[in-house]
Amino acid sequence: MTRTQTLAPKPSQGFPSREGKSMLFDPSLPRNRINKLCTTVAGTFATIAVLPLLLVLLYVLWNGGRLISPQLFTQLPPAPGMEGGGIGNAIIGTIIVTAIASLIALPVGVGGGIYLSEYSRSGWFAQAVRFANDVLAGVPSIISGVFVYGLIVATRLFFNQSYSAMAGGIALAVLMLPTVIKTTDEGLKLVPQELRWGSYGVGASRFVTITRVILPAAFTPIATGAVLAIARAAGETAPLIFTALFSPFWPEGIFNPIATMSVLIFNFAIMPYEAQNALAWTASFVLVVMILGANLLARWIARAARP
Amino acid sequence: MSSPVSAPAPTATDTACMSLENVTISYGSFEAVRNVHLELPKARVTAFIGPSGCGKSTVLRALNRMNDLIPGCSLKGRVVFDGHDIYHPKVDPVEVRRRIGMVFQKPNPFPKTIYENIAFGARINGYRGDMDELVERSLRKAAVWDECKDKLQESGFSLSGGQQQRLCIARAIATEPEVILMDEPCSALDPISTLKIEETMHELKRNYTIIIVTHNMQQAVRVADMTAFFNAEAVEGGSGKVGYLGEFAETEVIFNSPVQQSTLDYVSGRFG
Repeated sequence: MTRTQTLAPKPSQGFPSREGKSMLFDPSLPRNRINKLCTTVAGTFATIAVLPLLLVLLYVLWNGGRLISPQLFTQLPPAPGMEGGGIGNAIIGTIIVTAIASLIALPVGVGGGIYLSEYSRSGWFAQAVRFANDVLAGVPSIISGVFVYGLIVATRLFFNQSYSAMAGGIALAVLMLPTVIKTTDEGLKLVPQELRWGSYGVGASRFVTITRVILPAAFTPIATGAVLAIARAAGETAPLIFTALFSPFWPEGIFNPIATMSVLIFNFAIMPYEAQNALAWTASFVLVVMILGANLLARWIARAARP
Repeated sequence: MSSPVSAPAPTATDTACMSLENVTISYGSFEAVRNVHLELPKARVTAFIGPSGCGKSTVLRALNRMNDLIPGCSLKGRVVFDGHDIYHPKVDPVEVRRRIGMVFQKPNPFPKTIYENIAFGARINGYRGDMDELVERSLRKAAVWDECKDKLQESGFSLSGGQQQRLCIARAIATEPEVILMDEPCSALDPISTLKIEETMHELKRNYTIIIVTHNMQQAVRVADMTAFFNAEAVEGGSGKVGYLGEFAETEVIFNSPVQQSTLDYVSGRFG
């Protein structure tokens, strides 16, 4: 005992004495009580935050999942008042419209991201594009629908057609663009500067450096961003109501109105017929599963493809 | 051509490979290094030493226009290589870098296989010969073949730090440059890896002109034939310091009987 007393430095004046203080954990101390309280509060709020998400998923899975059957994927929706039928046209329509949107938004978005990160990192034009992009990301989806309606649908721009799958795809592309540009820009910024130097150091041009060294190194974040943007676009309703409209028939080319799952849900959920309501639930289920799958794919890409 | 601060070319057999004529390099309005006159001899190892912030890395990067990648960096004066001022507006910096290769401070292999790390540079330089043979020859020259020969198809990151750095040297050699610039190539490595890289440099200087920036003065003594001592001085009325070339001579002279007091202070460890 005397030895420890000689070894321990004496606390300077102003500090409370350490004499007789236990090193054991004391739950009744104010700091430990506050700690416990904060942990509980944060945990409760986290639970409240995730609860709606879980409930929505379970509700959709329960109401939609029990109606799932093979004919859903092969048949057209029934006429009002009839029984049975499926959502085959809406599934194909969603795939077509999303594919059109991706074909527009991915090249433009990745190209724009490359420009921002590799060609003009801090020029005024790049700063302006970045700012505009952030604003575009916050624009409500219905605005992009109205925009494309005014630009393409009302003016009958494509072959004198008004509503069309093409217009729907363009509206979704407008929504996807900010995400794709942002994730490409950020993904490329994560590539270490040393890698660029190394490539220039062996005599590579800028084009070769970007296409052969930088883009492969940033593949994972870019692909993840692209998949998430596609998943988000696939579930959008508002921009499609003004652009792709709906069709009770199988798709008739990309310059005609087309059925999509989100609009089908919107239309059928409020109809006074039980068969249609049931189809709306099933479509919800299929859509949720597709988006869930896309998110899992994004996670898988993020984990795989690491050298 | 000679200036008050740089010694005349040391021996008659040395011919200049690159020469800097009154070079001043600035970042924006801030001058990093001022009025450098330097003749770098062919097929020799030249070391740049000096305290931090004296501009030796900046000068090194100026030799193959790496500073072009840093926004706001500008150069006044002439850097002559093979009869051309490499900063002439008509000169293609990509072509310059193909003839003047570089090894960086941190090992930076490409996220590709070991084989592709070597083949990449050769391919973009238009190499049409036997790629397998070139990969082996480059790795052998960089003294890393034994560690790599059984895992050529594995990622460059699977190697240790020292091996990665030698892979980067092999990558630089594979394009067959005339000059190799090395920016503190051993600063991230342990003494054994350092020794191996120094042995590699002794091998390489038969065919290549090597210019190395180092903070390690023993390393300069071990590898360099010529040494340039850079120093920094306070700017009149300014806040920062500006670098300048203090003294340039044979390594032996710099370390044993330098002309200037500041050089003696630095190499004997009295400051810096």
